[in-house]
Amino acid sequence: MTAISERRQLAYIASQAADARLNLELETGGMTINLGPQHPATHGTLRLVARLDGEQVVEADPVMGYMHRGYEKLTEVRTYPQVTTLVNRIDWLGSFANEVPFILAAERLMEVDAPPRAQWIRTVFFELSRIANISLFLGDMALQLGAITPAFYAFRDREHVLNQIEAATGGRFHPNFDRIGGLKDDLPKGWIEETRGAMAKLRTFCDIIEDLVSGNEIFQARTRGIGVIPPEVGLAYGLSGANIRASGVDWDLRRDVPVGLAWNEVDWKVWTHPDGDSYARFWLRLMEVREACGIVEQLLDGLPSGPIMAKVPRIIKVPAGEAWVSTENPLGEMGYYIVSKGDLVPFRVKIRSASFNNISITPWLLKGVFVPDVVTILASLYFILGDIDR
Amino acid sequence: MIFALELAYWQQTLIKVGVVAALVPAAALILGYVFLLKMMSHMQSRLGPMEAGPHGVLQLVADGLKFIQKEDIFPDRADRFVFATAPVVVLMSTFLIYVLIPVGPDLVVEDLETGVFLALAFSSISVIGILMAGWGSANKYSLMGGLRAAGQLIAYELPLVLAVVGVVIQAGTLNLQGIVAAQATGEIFGWGGIGNPFILTQFVGFAVFMIAVQAELTQTPFDMPVAESEIVGGYQVEYTGFRFLFFFMGEFGTAFAFAGLAAVLFLGGWWVPGIDVDSNVLNVIGPIVMFAKIMFVAFLIFWFRFSFPRFREDQLQSFAWKVLIPVSLANIVVTGVLKVAF
Repeated sequence: MTAISERRQLAYIASQAADARLNLELETGGMTINLGPQHPATHGTLRLVARLDGEQVVEADPVMGYMHRGYEKLTEVRTYPQVTTLVNRIDWLGSFANEVPFILAAERLMEVDAPPRAQWIRTVFFELSRIANISLFLGDMALQLGAITPAFYAFRDREHVLNQIEAATGGRFHPNFDRIGGLKDDLPKGWIEETRGAMAKLRTFCDIIEDLVSGNEIFQARTRGIGVIPPEVGLAYGLSGANIRASGVDWDLRRDVPVGLAWNEVDWKVWTHPDGDSYARFWLRLMEVREACGIVEQLLDGLPSGPIMAKVPRIIKVPAGEAWVSTENPLGEMGYYIVSKGDLVPFRVKIRSASFNNISITPWLLKGVFVPDVVTILASLYFILGDIDR
Repeated sequence: MIFALELAYWQQTLIKVGVVAALVPAAALILGYVFLLKMMSHMQSRLGPMEAGPHGVLQLVADGLKFIQKEDIFPDRADRFVFATAPVVVLMSTFLIYVLIPVGPDLVVEDLETGVFLALAFSSISVIGILMAGWGSANKYSLMGGLRAAGQLIAYELPLVLAVVGVVIQAGTLNLQGIVAAQATGEIFGWGGIGNPFILTQFVGFAVFMIAVQAELTQTPFDMPVAESEIVGGYQVEYTGFRFLFFFMGEFGTAFAFAGLAAVLFLGGWWVPGIDVDSNVLNVIGPIVMFAKIMFVAFLIFWFRFSFPRFREDQLQSFAWKVLIPVSLANIVVTGVLKVAF
């Protein structure tokens, strides 16, 4: 995989050298093109300044900050229970997963442990968020490559998961359901059976996507060998989540760093792919949705009984100290570093979001590719603007 | 022509212009509504527009009225003359194809001896309009779209023509009426029950023709020139109001015209089995038969459009030069040999 990308870049450099003299004689300079901030391939307001030579990218620079909302600063004037409302909006597609690491870090500082039932239900919702998030990616990637129909299937079938999240928490996108010491409510009656039905529908959706998108010859021609990330480069840029696993690095925080959630109680597999190209990243996420469906089903089978809330004081003051907790969120590693001075509000919160690091590789990755491949690579890296700009 | 005896030349011309001028928007509306709005929606498990008229039939009329009311914007540094003429050039090529397509034994605007050749020649005029639009807009996305379109349309013009050559060899004429008649009077191993629609013998030609048509119309999977997710609409980026409407009408009008050409060349045109090819009845039911066949071909075109992702520019070019052109050349050779043999 390294060889392919090196050969491609060497060929590109050679062609550049050959063209240079001709360009000097004919005075055909490059062209600078602004992809974004309002461009359909950037999922929002990422701006990509690309210098082009014909249709080939000479260099591309991501410019971010068009959607910066100052969450790190805002958390300093919100009490701990209020912060979950804010951080819901970081990765807005998998919102519940954003709350969990923050709550876990606060619990670690307070030395509170949520009861087992709460931990299991947290894990269920964490995986539901992952399914809601990534199933949309599966349709969106096809949309970026020009196939419109899978995107609508993705929106249709994500609804099954969102309905289940709404039924239990009251919020489709921003549940705000996690509390320090447990959860807001227990599961409603009949929810477990309905969720099993939803998981069956999502498995069908995965089969459809495998048939319609990843099995399509044009899709494979567009994605195989495009945007190859060698594992050492990926690690050097701090990639995480499916992006690094698609480069063959077997690294999943759910399995490797136990934080008290119930992943280790069930039987599942961390998928990796040796290729590291756009197709590998798509395929890996497809497998992860299936795996997440399996995790949810197993967790629902073995859900322990008991309380859902530990004993916590009515007014939450977190003792002075520092804590770092990160989890394997839908987009990759997401963590919170909380510094507390013993007040009602955090003294400082540092948010490590996955997309910020995942997008940092683009200048390296986009050198020498064609304009259509820029879209493929951006789509396969899968970032969410709220997760970059916070 | 039946009315050629009674009318003066200018009266005939006026009627012909009127017929074509009414047909193109009507065809664009029908295809736009049936396939773009309704078939696509139902494929994607949604309803599509439902409010304007019963089942949303008037939606495109409403959209058209909206487009006409919009401000006619010229970009600051646009080449104004080229920018303004480009949509007209594109639409012109669409109008000219309609002149040649027969819908009945006597129902054809101009029955020319070189019909097929002219129809394909007219269709390539649109390339010039698209290049003009790309250049005149003074926009980098437009320029890239225009250049992509030019490269693509020139590459796919060749297989389009070569695929038709097989039909022409078999029919022995370039005249579109003659091709229909050849299919109607043809026989399959001595049995003339359904004539000999050329799709049976020229199925390779039909496949190549349909693929090339898909590319000529810049429909997915060959929609690199407009590619919304990359160059945000390509050469159409700077167009607003009725100029954009011209492009829309050009796209769907041409789709209808190419579907008509495919119906004439491969599906037997306005002829149906069981009726004598010279019978006057076909002047009445011919248009209906033709419409049904056109809708079938158009269904194929849009079915592909809504199902596939798009090619990259280099893949698209190598597909045309390395696959389609050799295949259609082989088809011509085989057709020629068999024509001589039988």
